Amino acid sequence: MAAESQMEQLIVENVMKELAKRGLTGNVSPNQEETTKKAARPQPKSEPYRESGDDPLTIPEITGIWVPNPENIEAIKVMKQATPARIGLYRAGARPKTGAMLKFMADHAQAMDAVFLDVSEEFLQRMNLFLVDTMAQDKEEFLKRPELGRKLSPEGERIIKEKCEKNPQVQIIVVDGLSSSSIEANVPDVLPALTQGLTAAGIRVGTPFFIRNGRVGVQDHVGKVLNAEVVVSLIGERPGLVTADSMSAYIIYSPNEKTVEADRTVFSNIHRGGTPPAEAGAHLVDVLKRILKAKASGMKLNQ
Amino acid sequence: MNLKANISNKVFAFDNVKEVLAKANEEKSGDMLAGIGAASASERVAAKLVLSNLTLEDIYNNPVVPYDDDEVTRVIYDGLNTTVYNRIKNWTVGELREYILDSDTDDGRLKQLGRGLTSEMIAAVAKLMSNMDLVYAAKKIINQAHCNTTIGVPGTLAFRNQPNHPTDSIDGIMASAKEGLSFGSGDAVIGINPVEDNVETVARILTTVKEFMEKWKIPTQNCVLAHITTQMKAVEKGAPADLLFQSVAGSQSANDAFGVTAVMLEEAYELAKVKGTGTGPNLLYFETGQGAEISLDCHHGVDEMTMEARTYGFARKFSPFMVNNVSGFIGPETIYDGREVIRADLEDLFMGKLHGLPMGIAPCYTNHMKADQNDQEIGTMLCAMAGSNYFMGVPGGDDIMLSYQDTSYHDDASVREILGLKPLPEFEKWLEDMGIIENGRLAKRAGDPSIFDK
Repeated sequence: MAAESQMEQLIVENVMKELAKRGLTGNVSPNQEETTKKAARPQPKSEPYRESGDDPLTIPEITGIWVPNPENIEAIKVMKQATPARIGLYRAGARPKTGAMLKFMADHAQAMDAVFLDVSEEFLQRMNLFLVDTMAQDKEEFLKRPELGRKLSPEGERIIKEKCEKNPQVQIIVVDGLSSSSIEANVPDVLPALTQGLTAAGIRVGTPFFIRNGRVGVQDHVGKVLNAEVVVSLIGERPGLVTADSMSAYIIYSPNEKTVEADRTVFSNIHRGGTPPAEAGAHLVDVLKRILKAKASGMKLNQ
Repeated sequence: MNLKANISNKVFAFDNVKEVLAKANEEKSGDMLAGIGAASASERVAAKLVLSNLTLEDIYNNPVVPYDDDEVTRVIYDGLNTTVYNRIKNWTVGELREYILDSDTDDGRLKQLGRGLTSEMIAAVAKLMSNMDLVYAAKKIINQAHCNTTIGVPGTLAFRNQPNHPTDSIDGIMASAKEGLSFGSGDAVIGINPVEDNVETVARILTTVKEFMEKWKIPTQNCVLAHITTQMKAVEKGAPADLLFQSVAGSQSANDAFGVTAVMLEEAYELAKVKGTGTGPNLLYFETGQGAEISLDCHHGVDEMTMEARTYGFARKFSPFMVNNVSGFIGPETIYDGREVIRADLEDLFMGKLHGLPMGIAPCYTNHMKADQNDQEIGTMLCAMAGSNYFMGVPGGDDIMLSYQDTSYHDDASVREILGLKPLPEFEKWLEDMGIIENGRLAKRAGDPSIFDK
């Protein structure tokens, strides 16, 4: 038995040596490995990492034209002006060029992070917003069960009853929705413009707060709990690859059991490339004045 | 019917066929949202075991939505080939699986078999199939259709060139269309989703694309994916449409939400025959996707995969040129991640093909799903292996109007090269004449959209 296994080992060793000679395996005895490596591979320079003073790398822009020797470069320039689509970026074989691939990955990463990361505590402190949760326990549940994001948790309901002014004319809530980054990007400008504009017009504004893992419909629950005449939600939109920072305002007048989606007034596309946030705040003040006067929102407002 | 099964000394009992079908499903968030999915891995296997022992007659006798209540059920049952069905009605679903996979069961036999199966039976057998089973079986089925050109020719892979634009800019649409054509994408159709659903927009886009096709002698089809009634009005006014498009679903109430009925689709087909520019006989283009019924709350307690099969049962009545499945489009509440969407794509491709439909797939994802480009590329390669007739083609994979990611012009060309598949024959000749492809690969000029602006 022992002799047999010794024999086996010998055969295996010989085969491995032979393979190593032909450069077919890295799994050989230390000595041989040394020889093989030296012969076959360049040695890495063993310099320690030093701060180079270079600027950090950035993701390549895809605004250029990457087609080599195009038939008509002016025509491609006109095409690229006509659409934000990812065109004129050529190819590596049939695959995208490295720059285009990295840009796509970076855009998607930004969108994923907008959805799956939470608004930071530091941001909420800075904006003086306290946090309440919905019935959704975490992001996964929030995404899989839309109805849970439309209702405050019992604890959340208790907190807002305790901390918020009752019977406001306008209750502002900040809701992460599908983009936490849109909240951090836009709320610092929209919220002060909105609050100051309303207060200046003599409108009684409630205590604003932040709702985590919330959907549009959660404003109905808040409205009922606080007996608000109007609720306005600043809520993150589903991110696209072009921007992950787009925010919407949804406004509902006197929400109740009969509220339907068409009762909401929607103002979307609030971000630097769309309606800039400060401008959006001023615009929302005007919309809210009209809603309070008409005592209606959504389709009913336009009738 | 025995609706009980013992798994590891635990007995699972089910109330009815509908519940067995739902719980036998691979995990999908939509079924959990509807509260009908299996609660554990053991319960899922128990449901599969019960399902494997049901006969096709058991399933026939228990439609998941009653015949009298639902137009989709009526279309499925009224269109069934009873001669085939009567021959096989005593088979169990487990036996049906083995027949489908059998080496002697070829394309011809599978086509005949499909005529004698209701959509619920096709869903049932797919629930007993692994991903490789689905690819293995789908690969055997070849469903061709003809509008101006023939789709589904063995050894080919076609693409819909999808040059959408966020404001329907004609120049923007044509810029992306040219980019796609320069990659060899567009033999299935050049199809645009408009932002504005009105007759003027539809007519304007149809006319521009048609004129471009004529100028450059491109052998393909055009289509604008507005609501079918809008397209019909445009065609009545003289707009040139080769294919008429509509989204369809697996229950009457969901089709109501889409604003579509069987009668309306028949009228659309008749109109396309007498006023359209497509040669035919196949003149319609449908889109479908798992989860549509659940997100519209029109699912009748039926799982999303069975609902999708019923959509195909409805669609086959109208002999479409192409059916495209976009299961990853709705969002994480119906399909949560990459694993779920790949599974759905393979199920849908197999189920559609067994229904006799010329199927294409859009392995796609939204930004709020737990999926990325790698998942999508795996799904695309598997569906190509399973003999999908076509995929979409979107610039850089980023649809800037619908805000989701789908197969790119690059992916289109890559999959053809990886699997040695060719464009549709007339289109391949056109690509060669244009100097876009050469010996089955992209040629030097490929990827230059300005070859149309000499």
